[in-house]
Amino acid sequence: MSDLTRTVLLDVDHVTLKFGGVVALNDVSFNIYRGEILGLIGPNGAGKTTCFNVMTGVYKPTSGKVTFDGDKITGRRPHEINHMGVARTFQNIRLFPEMTALENVMVGTDSRHKTSVVGALFRLYRVRVKPEELPAVDSDNGFIRFTQQVRRWGAKTFGLSRHTLEERAGERKSLDLLRFVGIEHRANEEARNLPYGDQRRLEIARALATEPKLLCLDEPAAGFNPAEKEDLLQLIRRIRDLGYTVLLIEHDMRLVMGVTDRIVVLEFGKKIAEGSPAEVRDNPKVIAAYLGETADAS
Amino acid sequence: MTTDSKVERDPKVERKRVSIGDRWRALPKWQRWLGFAAFVAFLYYLPLLGIPGLTWLRTDYIANGNNWAGVLFTCAVYVLIALGLNVVIGLAGLLDLGYVGFYAVGAYSVALFGSRQSPVVQAIQDKFGLSQEWAMLWAVCIIIALVLAMISGVLLGWPTLRLRGDYLAIVTLGFGEIIQRVVRNSVSWSGGPAGIAAIPGPEGAPSADNKVFGLLDAKPWYWLALSVVLLIVFLVRRLENSRVGRAWLAVREDEDAAAVMGVYPFKFKLWAFAIGAALGGLSGLLFASRAGFIEPNQFNAQLSILFVAMVVVGGAGNMAGVAVGAFLLAYLPERFRDFAEWRFLVFGLALVIVMLIRPQGLFPSRRRARELQDRREEVPAGV
Amino acid sequence: MNFDELFGHLGQHTVDGLAKGSIYALVALGYTLVYGVLKLINFAHSEVFMVGTFAVLGTWTVMGATNNPGIGMMLVFLAAGLVAGAVASGATAVAVERIAYKRLRTMNAPPLAFLITAIGLSLVLSEAFGVWQGRLVKGMPTIVPQEVVFQIGNTAITNTQLITVVAAILMMIGLDVFINRTRYGRGVRAVAQNPDTAALMGVNKDRVIMLIFLLGGLLAGAAALLYSVRYGNTRFNVGFILGLKAFTAAVLGGIGNLRGALVGGLVLGVIEVYAATLTSSNWEDVAAFVVLVVVLLFRPTGLLGESLGRARA
Repeated sequence: MSDLTRTVLLDVDHVTLKFGGVVALNDVSFNIYRGEILGLIGPNGAGKTTCFNVMTGVYKPTSGKVTFDGDKITGRRPHEINHMGVARTFQNIRLFPEMTALENVMVGTDSRHKTSVVGALFRLYRVRVKPEELPAVDSDNGFIRFTQQVRRWGAKTFGLSRHTLEERAGERKSLDLLRFVGIEHRANEEARNLPYGDQRRLEIARALATEPKLLCLDEPAAGFNPAEKEDLLQLIRRIRDLGYTVLLIEHDMRLVMGVTDRIVVLEFGKKIAEGSPAEVRDNPKVIAAYLGETADAS
Repeated sequence: MTTDSKVERDPKVERKRVSIGDRWRALPKWQRWLGFAAFVAFLYYLPLLGIPGLTWLRTDYIANGNNWAGVLFTCAVYVLIALGLNVVIGLAGLLDLGYVGFYAVGAYSVALFGSRQSPVVQAIQDKFGLSQEWAMLWAVCIIIALVLAMISGVLLGWPTLRLRGDYLAIVTLGFGEIIQRVVRNSVSWSGGPAGIAAIPGPEGAPSADNKVFGLLDAKPWYWLALSVVLLIVFLVRRLENSRVGRAWLAVREDEDAAAVMGVYPFKFKLWAFAIGAALGGLSGLLFASRAGFIEPNQFNAQLSILFVAMVVVGGAGNMAGVAVGAFLLAYLPERFRDFAEWRFLVFGLALVIVMLIRPQGLFPSRRRARELQDRREEVPAGV
Repeated sequence: MNFDELFGHLGQHTVDGLAKGSIYALVALGYTLVYGVLKLINFAHSEVFMVGTFAVLGTWTVMGATNNPGIGMMLVFLAAGLVAGAVASGATAVAVERIAYKRLRTMNAPPLAFLITAIGLSLVLSEAFGVWQGRLVKGMPTIVPQEVVFQIGNTAITNTQLITVVAAILMMIGLDVFINRTRYGRGVRAVAQNPDTAALMGVNKDRVIMLIFLLGGLLAGAAALLYSVRYGNTRFNVGFILGLKAFTAAVLGGIGNLRGALVGGLVLGVIEVYAATLTSSNWEDVAAFVVLVVVLLFRPTGLLGESLGRARA
């Protein structure tokens, strides 16, 4: 596919960021196209995370701008950026430790729900539902059966509240996502009790739950052994196959080479290379930048 | 949602942890409903109950009279306060030390708009040429009280909720104290230190003709307050088990991560604050309607601390816990009136002791309990 | 709104405000010191001040102080009052830290637990004095009779006002030197900047924390003496409103900033007196509260900015 046939999703346009006298990012420009996996790599301290933070609105650039899907991202609050369609994971996992895995993902699905405080309190916004979605009448106990019939009748006559429907849809979708990342069996465990690898997967599921146009993964393979990394590669490819655009920040060269469509390389806050994995691998500047890091990168 | 996970847990751990709460949760749903219904029926029957020593409480209204129902009414109002404050402290994790302010707003709303003796009503009478008998309907006063309390909550929360939590604590503490002074100083519209009498109840202004909600028989008042409490329990549960409850918990656990996941922390904190304020206003309204007369001294800042104590001692985050806490802190002082001098000293001690020995409160919510225990495990061995 | 009175005697009202604000400033320093190091609002600090005023009262009563003693006895009473107030307040502050906060720190309790414990302690202290000393205002002998020492135009400055302001500024300078120039002060600044690193570098964190509580307590004791001299009475709940205002002063100047506490205290005192002149003295507490909210709304870091560790003071 040539660049011409693709549309730009995220546009980093001549971004410079200074902290006092230190130039953290120096005139960095690149695009992320819809449907691709872009790798952002560079040695330690190259400005990857800084760049990431500018893209997700944490820092405001000194000059230049970041546009997402035609809208300016800079200056917006984190939850607004999420609503625009950017989701991220954290390098040092930040789940909601006391909530179950399912609840963690449901927080993500809530991001697209319309019901808020008033809707949850009074549940007056009613939606007609198809017969198969009505509450079941399945109990043998006569008394319970009667209450179930009353509820079914109520739902048939007045419809179900949008809150109930969204809550159900959110739970269903969250379970699907947990299955997708392969930790469905952990749904009712508290996030903090999950093994490390499952926590990383849960973070990805939670980010996907917000229905992002762009999924940003910040060093998702940190602390993984080779077998786990291989599983993660598979997962990222499957995410792309679902039509998501993925930004992958990674230290591990091999992982990046194996999964990305294009790679942007940063060093000392500057973009030193951009291109397909093969091009980048053979770029002398990149080799020079990574020379001292090869042992670390493998 | 946590119940399902128990299946996979180690049976040894399981056996150790079987508490009344766990047994209760293990019952089929219809049995739980039945148990709950029986408990509610018992609550409604409570004022008719006579247990010597427990339910005989002195009253100042009638010589040798029993004020059991009156005390129950106070307990119900305090439970309502505890439920409201629990939304703020227990669910949203914000420390509000000026809850008495909202209580006062509610009480003064019904007093200023519902009583024929209030300067506000009299001004309206003059302005629109209404009769001397005119005053706002009690039902309208409820709406006014809720709206005014919510507005004051939003006005107070707006500048402070974006800042660190301890600023909120001090600003609310100041608010609780200041509102009392404002009322006392503003003689022209609030009646000032003299207070306001003839505050209406559901049947209108207090008079000997009132059949149900009179001055002497407190039982109907208790039943009214209890019904309000049950309604509020129902509504707050709806919030807890919805995206709102999840958002509060998420913000409490990791505000930045919650924001990145699309939760706007400020919005949900402000909602918690406004809901808490509205419930505080509602309880103030009930209190004022029953008392028929209020004055600024009834809304001192110490009362706020008492309210916080109810929630913290009971177990922040757990509605049943805070209700028990409120009941105890309302009932015990009435039972031991001879020690009134020591009352607030004991509350202060209770707060300190609970925090130092049982920081989750007497009846911790399961989730909160784990949160606190967990922090202790994180302490490095050397400290 | 009585603008004529305010502008006609602007100098006088400013002097009154500065004298009033000096006491706020001294109490505010206690909040700021603890906050600067622990990021904790020590709610019980207002009661530390209250205990100081009762210590002053008790000492004077035991010594048989009467109104208008001679200049010699006056100095004796002042010295005794200062020692008593400082010892009582300092001891209370350290006790609060030892009994409550230290345990919470080792438990690694959440911030909410600290705040609740602090208000609990505050209630215990003030109620204990309420039960013990009664709940009425307790009068004190007038140790320093009011005399006008300066007269500039229509502005009269009395001896007590002068003592209050000068004492506050001197103590502020002393504290500033202590924090910025001594070894102990360096430890305090180190812990304020990064407690863990400071601990690794061999600073005894617990000792530093005790030191700041002690310092805050001593200053509150001094404030208690000045308050007793100026107002000549105390009460079990004298600390509540004063503590609230001192905290407002600390926030106004930039909490965690020592000089900010002084500036905030003086500014707040002046604002209050102006507000009281314009309306009536009933509204001065309300004015202080409005100031607090407005500052938080528009400049939450205060006039001089926060931080005990980073900037010089």
